[in-house]
Amino acid sequence: MAKVLMKGNEALGEAAIRAGCRFFFGYPITPQSELPHYLAKRLPEIGGVFLQAESEVAAINMVYGAAGAGARVMTSSSSPGVSLKMEGISYIAGAELPCVIVNMQRGGPGLGSIQPGQSDYFQAVKGGGHGDYRLLVLAPASIQEMVDLMGLAFALADKYRNPVMILGDGTLGQMMEPVEFPEMIDPDKLPSKPWAARGAKGREPNIINSLYLNPLELEEHNLKLQAKYAQMAEEETRSESYYTDDAEIVLVGYGSSARVCKAAVDQARQQGIKAGLFRPITLFPFPKAEIQAACRQAKSVLTVEMSMGQLVEDVRYNLEFKVPVHFYGRAGGMVPTTRAVVSKITELVQEGGRSA
Amino acid sequence: MITVFERPKSLTPAKTHYCPGCTHGIIHRLVAEVIDELGVREETIGIAPVGCSVLAYNYFNVDMYEAAHGRAPAVATGIKRVHPDKVVFTYQGDGDLAAIGTAEIIHAAARGEKITTIFVNNAIYGMTGGQMAPTTLIGQTATTAPNGRDPEVQGYPIRMSEILATMPGAAYIARVSVHNPQEVAKAKKAVKTAFQVQLERKGFAMVEVLSSCPTNWGLTPLKALEWLKDNMIPYYPLGVQKAPEEVKA
Ligand SMILES: Cc1ncc(C[n+]2csc(CCOP(=O)(O)OP(=O)(O)O)c2C)c(N)n1
Ligand code: SF4
Ligand SMILES: [Mg+2]
Repeated sequence: MAKVLMKGNEALGEAAIRAGCRFFFGYPITPQSELPHYLAKRLPEIGGVFLQAESEVAAINMVYGAAGAGARVMTSSSSPGVSLKMEGISYIAGAELPCVIVNMQRGGPGLGSIQPGQSDYFQAVKGGGHGDYRLLVLAPASIQEMVDLMGLAFALADKYRNPVMILGDGTLGQMMEPVEFPEMIDPDKLPSKPWAARGAKGREPNIINSLYLNPLELEEHNLKLQAKYAQMAEEETRSESYYTDDAEIVLVGYGSSARVCKAAVDQARQQGIKAGLFRPITLFPFPKAEIQAACRQAKSVLTVEMSMGQLVEDVRYNLEFKVPVHFYGRAGGMVPTTRAVVSKITELVQEGGRSA
Repeated sequence: MITVFERPKSLTPAKTHYCPGCTHGIIHRLVAEVIDELGVREETIGIAPVGCSVLAYNYFNVDMYEAAHGRAPAVATGIKRVHPDKVVFTYQGDGDLAAIGTAEIIHAAARGEKITTIFVNNAIYGMTGGQMAPTTLIGQTATTAPNGRDPEVQGYPIRMSEILATMPGAAYIARVSVHNPQEVAKAKKAVKTAFQVQLERKGFAMVEVLSSCPTNWGLTPLKALEWLKDNMIPYYPLGVQKAPEEVKA
């Protein structure tokens, strides 16, 4: 198939349709609005449903309804709206329903800004809502990767009966790149979901639920969820390592920040500095073995984020505090520049990997 | 032998957890009988609320959901949009529907979602220990209004049926009671109409059922029914608030 030039948010919409998603429920918020705009036009054309809900709370509960009824369903929002969805996300994780949630992050806290941010990392990977649950979190760094990860997101949601989040940011949503789409998946040809509530014809009723009044049963349910998360850690970690084989300094970043880091690595290499980049693509499960391999002979690690330091905690933890991990971040919608990252690299190399 | 009384197919054999004299049980039965009579048990998906009827998913013998507090109409919307040919109903208390879930019910009605809502108004938060509800009457005591609801402090009780009847998307809105056998019979008729309106795709349908909570009202079951008749009905008048022309006739 030929490549087409497309805006990130719109490409995500088309990718969801290609993945067999026919239902979208959302509430407007910048900087993700092109995604609902696209789907509002496109979904009815192919017999799907686009519905603008009265709030993000309602939208995520519509997703709960549609997912429990057996559909591939998606919602999208940006930071303040995702906070409102947390109630529903916890119920969806508790009831083990598959769905995809997009967060095109903007600067926070509070109303923050409408400029890109990466300060919802903790909310995305540590739970966000109440209870011991995890989302599978995918972090694309290009429009093509957004498209590819959307297909994966729906497949993993169904495989694990778990909500999957695509954690992007305002930059990725707004920028344009050429993309190639996969073939269309026919939702009617997807494997059936015998647990779904669609009318108890010739069988015992199905119940979509996250309530367990018996403490032992709820503990068992939690252990089952944990086993699922452990299996994700076994089977689903994804990452990219760029010039890490001989790297003395390894940069770590995801999404837009990783793009800046890549450019910084190229420049540092031109100056003769052995720099590399480790880019986690799954933020949960975190690619632990992969980051350890990438930082094998690194004297120092530099995490770059559009936040005041969230991913950096997971980097330290997953490297088991064996390598000094430094941090460079911008916030409020400010994007780190290649020049600033390169000068941070130079500074660290000159210091010879002092302890963080 | 003739069977004169048997469990509707749409109820499971599970023993309910409701307090003695609580009318939630009667309302469950009415809904189940209507589902049986319409022959849609295998096509029906119900949504239990958060409140005393949180375990309704164990009692209705149909596919069921348990929704977050107040969100049942949004959940129902998601289901109905995926399966427009199925019958979808929500069962909600007054705290669930008229406080935390006000936005969800109003917008489901405004969109004319083709769902049926059974709204159980007992003027109190039953499950959490008798706190004031948005429907608690002026002067009625509650654990969070120990001196009685004072409009200067807590404002006025909400009449949801009247509000929803103003929505063009609402096809059928009625308020009924279950405090005596005659009213129970009328209530069943209204519940049946509310399901038929959905089957005919006319729009949103809701039946508000005035219900007793002897436990949190601090009354015996019989006194509670009397209290309902004497105090709730004057503020929440019974009757059809809105109906399609042919139903009115
Ligand atoms: C988000 C959230 N807030 C509060 C509660 C606690 N809670 C459980 S039931 C309930 C009130 C239910 O009252 P009502 O809807 O009138 O139902 P009833 O028990 O009277 O039938 C509350 C506040 C909850 N479960 N979830
Ligand atoms: S607390 Fe009230 S509403 Fe709840 S079961 Fe008991 S009587 Fe019924
Ligand atoms: Mg109540």
